Amino acid sequence: MSIISKTQILKANYQRFTDSDIWYSFKKSPVTVVSAIVTFLFFFVTIFAPFIAPHDPFDLASIDLMDASLPPAWFFDGETRFLLGTDDQGRDILSTIIYGSRISLFVGFVSVIFSLILGVGLGLISGYVGGRLDAFIMRVADVQLSFPAILIALLIDGLARSLLPRELHDEVALYVLVFAIGISGWVQYARTVRGQTLVEKGKEYVQAARVIGIRQWTILLRHILPNVTGPVLVIATIHLAIAIITEATLSFLGVGVPPTTPSLGTLIRVGNDFLFSGEWWITIFPGIALVLLVLAVNLLGDWLRDALNPKLR
Amino acid sequence: MKLLEIKNLEIQFPSRKSTLTAVNNVSLSVDRGDILGIVGESGAGKSTVGNALIGLLEPPGIMTNGEIYLEGQRINDLPESDKQKIRGKKIGMIFQDPLTSLNPLQTIETQLVETIDLHLQLGEEKAKQRAMELLGQVGIPDPEIRVKQYPHQFSGGMRQRVVVALALCAEPTLIIADEPTTALDVSIQAQILDLMRVLCKQKNVGMIIITHDMGVIADITDRVAVMYHGNLVEHGHTSKILGDPDHPYTQSLISAVPRPDVKLVRFPQVTYIEDIETKKEDIDISRHWLGQGKNFKSADGPLIKLNNITMRFTTKPAILKKNRIYLDAVKNVSLDIKEGEVFGLVGESGSGKSTLARIICGLYSPILGEVIFSGTNLTALKRQEELDPFRRQMQMIFQDPFSSLNPRMRVHDIVAEPIWFHKLASSKLEASDIIIDLLEHVGLGSQAATKYPHEFSGGQRQRISIARALATRPRFLICDEPTSALDVSIQAQILNLLKDLQAELGLTILFISHDLPVIRQMCDRVGVMKDGELCELNETELLFGDPQHNYTKHLLDLMPRLDGLSLEGLELSSNN
Repeated sequence: MSIISKTQILKANYQRFTDSDIWYSFKKSPVTVVSAIVTFLFFFVTIFAPFIAPHDPFDLASIDLMDASLPPAWFFDGETRFLLGTDDQGRDILSTIIYGSRISLFVGFVSVIFSLILGVGLGLISGYVGGRLDAFIMRVADVQLSFPAILIALLIDGLARSLLPRELHDEVALYVLVFAIGISGWVQYARTVRGQTLVEKGKEYVQAARVIGIRQWTILLRHILPNVTGPVLVIATIHLAIAIITEATLSFLGVGVPPTTPSLGTLIRVGNDFLFSGEWWITIFPGIALVLLVLAVNLLGDWLRDALNPKLR
Repeated sequence: MKLLEIKNLEIQFPSRKSTLTAVNNVSLSVDRGDILGIVGESGAGKSTVGNALIGLLEPPGIMTNGEIYLEGQRINDLPESDKQKIRGKKIGMIFQDPLTSLNPLQTIETQLVETIDLHLQLGEEKAKQRAMELLGQVGIPDPEIRVKQYPHQFSGGMRQRVVVALALCAEPTLIIADEPTTALDVSIQAQILDLMRVLCKQKNVGMIIITHDMGVIADITDRVAVMYHGNLVEHGHTSKILGDPDHPYTQSLISAVPRPDVKLVRFPQVTYIEDIETKKEDIDISRHWLGQGKNFKSADGPLIKLNNITMRFTTKPAILKKNRIYLDAVKNVSLDIKEGEVFGLVGESGSGKSTLARIICGLYSPILGEVIFSGTNLTALKRQEELDPFRRQMQMIFQDPFSSLNPRMRVHDIVAEPIWFHKLASSKLEASDIIIDLLEHVGLGSQAATKYPHEFSGGQRQRISIARALATRPRFLICDEPTSALDVSIQAQILNLLKDLQAELGLTILFISHDLPVIRQMCDRVGVMKDGELCELNETELLFGDPQHNYTKHLLDLMPRLDGLSLEGLELSSNN
């Protein structure tokens, strides 16, 4: 019989987690707990949007122009069917926010994963191989750092617009956006991972693996990679908030996702036009949703950074 | 009246899960002109006592009980502003690392004058005068020139002299030195200790020396206090404690110190300190897994033969060859290691001994020369697959137990890695059995397999390292300073383990150390390295008894003597 069974490991892991300082510092920080709950709610609601949203804002059959521009339910002429009111087309604001957050979170998440894979990969190689390859990758990173991320995203989006035919562009707009935001964020991962790799590669456990005869790629993936993930996790959490904001900014500027599948940024932009005609709810509520989401994710990232870095405690 | 009196000192460090009592009911006293040593291993609470004396306990530490009197005045309950006046004025401090205890941006004069002025109010001219005198007293040549220099212009030993001057500059009545020579080379250590002893007697100052090193204790102290897990276990005159200790911990600690004078079969009685879960049984090597697969053809000549190895590192890279600057780490070294012997390499830091070890196991390729292992020239083999069978026969144990194990892997997986890589087990079950067996064999329980490295102490980690090295069933083991990061008692255990394994498995070992007594206890033959060259090679006892090369003589002279240790009841090695 094998001495360590799966359940034993699971149990040990659970024990380790509940005993850990991370869990303790999480429990002791009410702000973090609230942010975690808010983040979790956003994820839950957006994943199950079709079951939770009271209306389907993209189902033309259910939209009635007679319902257009209704204020939130607690106002005199509001209706309880539309809790946060409706826009100029008669779409339910709450539902558009839920579906819009879905797009925002999707773009944020996928572009973070994209930059993470790109950045961690390049950082690992750069740090482990060293020499000219390292110099090359790091100079590219330096050059990219001299442009603001939003500019790069704008550039890529503009390129895609001019190169692709209009119908095709609307179809792939979401992926162009993901690519644009992803590309603009890899540098931070690469730099952090490279530094960490340089530290880890000098440690004796790497030499021990080499003495055993383990091949370089295996050492890189099995030994070094797991040891550089701590800071990457922190950057990824904070980057998620930045990516959501970047997406919203691009959509607000009108170069993001097409209005047929609106994200939070698109909603804010569209609602902006009605702000001065008194229909403030069309833009304010998506704005509040965006602020809540980004703030919660950011606070979570800040806490994670402090919890994983004992020097800051 | 005593100069310093500590009564029933108790210091606690409260933490989330429990409260650690770092110092428990310690009472000590020091007179003027008296040198008291506080000795103990890591975690014994000796530095905490020192910090408490000057009122600089690291948070969250608190003094929960006890009284401290300096010249009859109680000082532990004074307000912070009065404590500040005592620090520096009444009590001088000498810290471990001379690099960090001086301000790199100020000249020596500025730092000395600042302290003198603060405590003695002499006025600038007199203070400068005094700073110069002090530098002269601590043996710095040309003080009038040196006083204007910055700390980086001094060598490590000179810097520590400046720190001593700084501690003395307000004419304190008590000096506390926390590991004052640990960061220094052996040769400089002796000079600094001499200086401290002379100054202490001359100026009639009380001194407390906190150290883990029995050599320092034997060298300089009049009385010694032994601490263990926060308790003061024994306290008395140095010669009495060293020669005839009463407490079992002290006996254990002293017997664990590698003896420079005779070679013993093994370290006696070191069971007091670290709990080892299972007592390992002797194994029948012919039937045990570790004995299987020994189908190496035994070497005709030596197992390892190094021919004219030269290794060079580029310290300053440049595109043009003539602009590059190189460091010759190993210069033209040739030596043989016979099958079944323990070969020692000794030398100071930077002598190239670790580089040589890394060349043998293939981490570096030399620019010249060849490594011949059991008749095969390894330097000529270029393909990984060709090297693998030799890698299996050669394993290495590293110096730092805190970085030699991957923190993200379970001990089971760490030990399993070489087994899987070299395909030494046919099934998961078989591999697990082997791993459990290996862990038990190095003195860890089978439960160790499910844990992560950070759950173990330094000595236990080194055991895991040894288990990993044994997992390939090697015939040649390289130990690169395997115990220099460990406390002496744990060092003794690890060295005993290595001795046992060597005898049991017939291993050939290359043992690298800067510590001569350790080398004497472990090795059959010894090579002495200096600046990349091998300057002497001889049988251990011949080398220690009758060194030929000047550098070897010099090294042996610097070795701490530890006079007054008893030889009673010890089993001497037969080849004395």
